[in-house]
Amino acid sequence: MSPQPLPLSAVEQAITRDTVRRNWLFSTPALVLLSLAATGPLLIVLVYSFLTPGKYGNVEWAFSLDGWVGILFTRDIFDGTLGLADAHLKIFWRSVRLSLLTTMITFGVGFPTAWFIATRPPKARALWLFLITIPFWTNLLIRTFAINEVIRNEGIVNSALIWAGVISRPIQIVYTDTAVLIGMAYVYLPLMVLPLFAAIDRFDMRLVEAGYDLYASRWQVLRRVILPIVKPGIIAGSILVFVPSLGAYVTPRVLGGGKNMMIGNFIELQFGQGRNWPLGAALSILLLVIVMVALLFYVRAANREVGK
Amino acid sequence: MSKQRSFNVTDLPGFTTIAILAFLALYAPILTLVVYSFNDASSITVWGGFSLRWYEIAWQNTAVKEATLRSLIIATSASVIATTVATLAALGTTRTAPFKGQTAIYAMINQPLMVPEIVTAVALLIFFGIIKKATDYLGLGYLIAAHAAFCVPFAYLPIRARLEGMDLSLETAAADLYANRWMTLRRITLPLLAPGIAAGAMLAFVISLDDVVITEFVKTGGQETLPTYMLGQMRRAISPEVNAISTGLLALTVLLLTAFFLLTRRRD
Repeated sequence: MSPQPLPLSAVEQAITRDTVRRNWLFSTPALVLLSLAATGPLLIVLVYSFLTPGKYGNVEWAFSLDGWVGILFTRDIFDGTLGLADAHLKIFWRSVRLSLLTTMITFGVGFPTAWFIATRPPKARALWLFLITIPFWTNLLIRTFAINEVIRNEGIVNSALIWAGVISRPIQIVYTDTAVLIGMAYVYLPLMVLPLFAAIDRFDMRLVEAGYDLYASRWQVLRRVILPIVKPGIIAGSILVFVPSLGAYVTPRVLGGGKNMMIGNFIELQFGQGRNWPLGAALSILLLVIVMVALLFYVRAANREVGK
Repeated sequence: MSKQRSFNVTDLPGFTTIAILAFLALYAPILTLVVYSFNDASSITVWGGFSLRWYEIAWQNTAVKEATLRSLIIATSASVIATTVATLAALGTTRTAPFKGQTAIYAMINQPLMVPEIVTAVALLIFFGIIKKATDYLGLGYLIAAHAAFCVPFAYLPIRARLEGMDLSLETAAADLYANRWMTLRRITLPLLAPGIAAGAMLAFVISLDDVVITEFVKTGGQETLPTYMLGQMRRAISPEVNAISTGLLALTVLLLTAFFLLTRRRD
């Protein structure tokens, strides 16, 4: 293509218009399906967040901000005054804290793992990569169940410790925040390793050699040469782990039990026994916005790296 | 010579140890789960000898049978629909000059990858709830539509990757030989694209088969799939039957993934 496009003749314009129309026509079935069963319903959630909660679940069609106010405040049942909802704040704080910790743990374990895979000879590399991909595609529920078998009271860890005489009563891990953290780190580790691997795989190892030639220690090479260059991979991995952790539902439900809820379980509760659909809708939109901001941050960081 | 240590520039202290431990930690729980599915004892922690008894029990359980059948029906229908619309969309968005709205189409197709599952689940609960009330239809259609929608990006990405690796010369040659657009598509483009389409369909199938959250919210009473059935079982005392079901599901996933890798590898 020439940098200065010449004015198109009528025929060329017609051909272009025809191609564009064909492109849209081909894309239409996918767009219709997604707007009916994915994107469109999100708008309904937005509408519902501004309605009045119905007496037995669902909503009444009257405008109300109660759903949004209810995220942070609860109304006193006796005098109707608003007070800060401590229980809600606790759930938000737990969700953010556990998601950040999950991201840090998976990075701590995932970076050496990705480095190890990327520095194998090509044939072995493909095999190691395949080994990390299998858990990635394995049913999340099965993996949560598997880790549950390991850490629960009658599980392998506790049985082995009791058998060895280290402890006399099982250590309570399941139904604590620690269990949710272990579970999330376990199920989301591949999401950290794969983008890190992609970044390290492109990394030019001669730079490491150059660093050593200039008398850098291993630590200095890691901190001053490797980490800055693979930064896009680190950002990608962190977002890929943080986003699903924040919206996690299955892992906290199985490992955390009823007391150690995260935002995902709290949202579900509003559509079940809690029966405050507008609050559930408002929480969903809030979660969506946080995730979108995180992704936007990622896209901008990635673009900046490419632009350099 | 024997004492001489080579200095490997790519080695970083402790990294190999952590990596090996990470792989062990990833696989040990899954392998334990598989091994104990062959356990004769009814406790999950005591080994009572090899047996296929839990597979038999699972196989004879009507609830499991129904859930399996339902999962397969949904995954098959959803992956066929998702792959069809994804193939068309890939044909419409690759190997073409950039056009207005292209970014919007990409964003729309990849939307299920970005929106948290729980949010989509809530959205579909509300939206399908309205439709259920208005039409009285309570069939599997809702689950199939929901699954087809979130499978679209998984089917789309491998198909698009394959298309981008194909240049237009063969299609141009076909046009030179007086093939019309339809014939070119059917005789040239689609056969060349087939491995990508198969790979996309497989990923879509695996993704649909694994879904818990959206299914849990969209299903009408009694429409359990294998994963939602398992989730329900986990609330009670867990029987090794769940190990057997998990192992079966796991085997199917590994099989499909191996096929996927073999299909996509031939590209380079």
